Amino acid sequence: MTRRGNGRALVRPHVVTGGRAHPTRNVFDLVTLVIATGDPPLHPGGTTPRTPLRTTGLSPEKLRIVELCRGGALSVVEIAGHLNLPVGVTKVLLSDLVDSGHLATRGAAPTVRQPEVRLLQEVLDGLRARL
Amino acid sequence: MDSALASDTSYVRASVRTAVKILIVGHFAVGKTTYVGTLSEIRPLRTEELMTQAGATVDDLAGIRDKTTTTVALDFGRLTLSDDLVLYLFGAPGQQRFTRLWDDLARGALGALVLVDTARLKESFAVMDIVEKRGLPYAVAVNHFDGSPVFPDAEVREALDLAPTTPLVTCDARDRRSSTEALISLVDHLLTLGGETA
Repeated sequence: MTRRGNGRALVRPHVVTGGRAHPTRNVFDLVTLVIATGDPPLHPGGTTPRTPLRTTGLSPEKLRIVELCRGGALSVVEIAGHLNLPVGVTKVLLSDLVDSGHLATRGAAPTVRQPEVRLLQEVLDGLRARL
Repeated sequence: MDSALASDTSYVRASVRTAVKILIVGHFAVGKTTYVGTLSEIRPLRTEELMTQAGATVDDLAGIRDKTTTTVALDFGRLTLSDDLVLYLFGAPGQQRFTRLWDDLARGALGALVLVDTARLKESFAVMDIVEKRGLPYAVAVNHFDGSPVFPDAEVREALDLAPTTPLVTCDARDRRSSTEALISLVDHLLTLGGETA
């Protein structure tokens, strides 16, 4: 995609999404993890097998998302950050790509008001281990 | 250009199943970006959100041509806490008017760490209003700036009208250890709250 010096997309966001502001499914949190379905994740030191995926016909932005997600799991907001797309636009595109079978989600953040004690304990242990 | 992307990208470990988030909030220039950068294991990223001038995120992208739009930057970073779990930190904008963005940020967030500067305590009031209105449990961390007045905790508590149970700690957003300790205070507090309601 053509970019200006400041790294932002040259086309207006609604061009990228075909005029839509809302995703076809509302499952994406900012930290929902997304991964491409076609290839196994890239392991450290390994290489991504480049099996021909059904990527013909994808818009340039969708193609970039699929290419990015082939390397491994990333959160919605990381995908937006890497591709310099607004989160709202990214969600629309991700939703399409899940519908078309190119991407899958995992590890959606819990949306319950009170997170489980067990989860909080795991967060606490993880933070303490970093000291 | 795109081929350079993957080499520049640090992916989430394949074993990770759960992603959680904590918001780092505070007024302009209080040190949110520094704090997130200090703790993040990935190069902190920034995304810009398209907002209408009125403050809502754009609801109908097809109809925005007559509206004035603006962008708000969102900084975030990531910490892998175990084979199974990653934590995302978001430097959240201190303006109530970014309603949709706040909806996105607050949904599912474990809690918020409110960074304050003792030289500008008043500027934290608006941020604390947002966090409390959203019902987010929080802890307060005084980001120690060189030259900022050192107040006794009791005075800071009174100025910010903190509940006696709300943790108040001091940290240096540039320092990994002290920043981690501030997060630990918050999560400790969340566990206490969780224990009460469980």
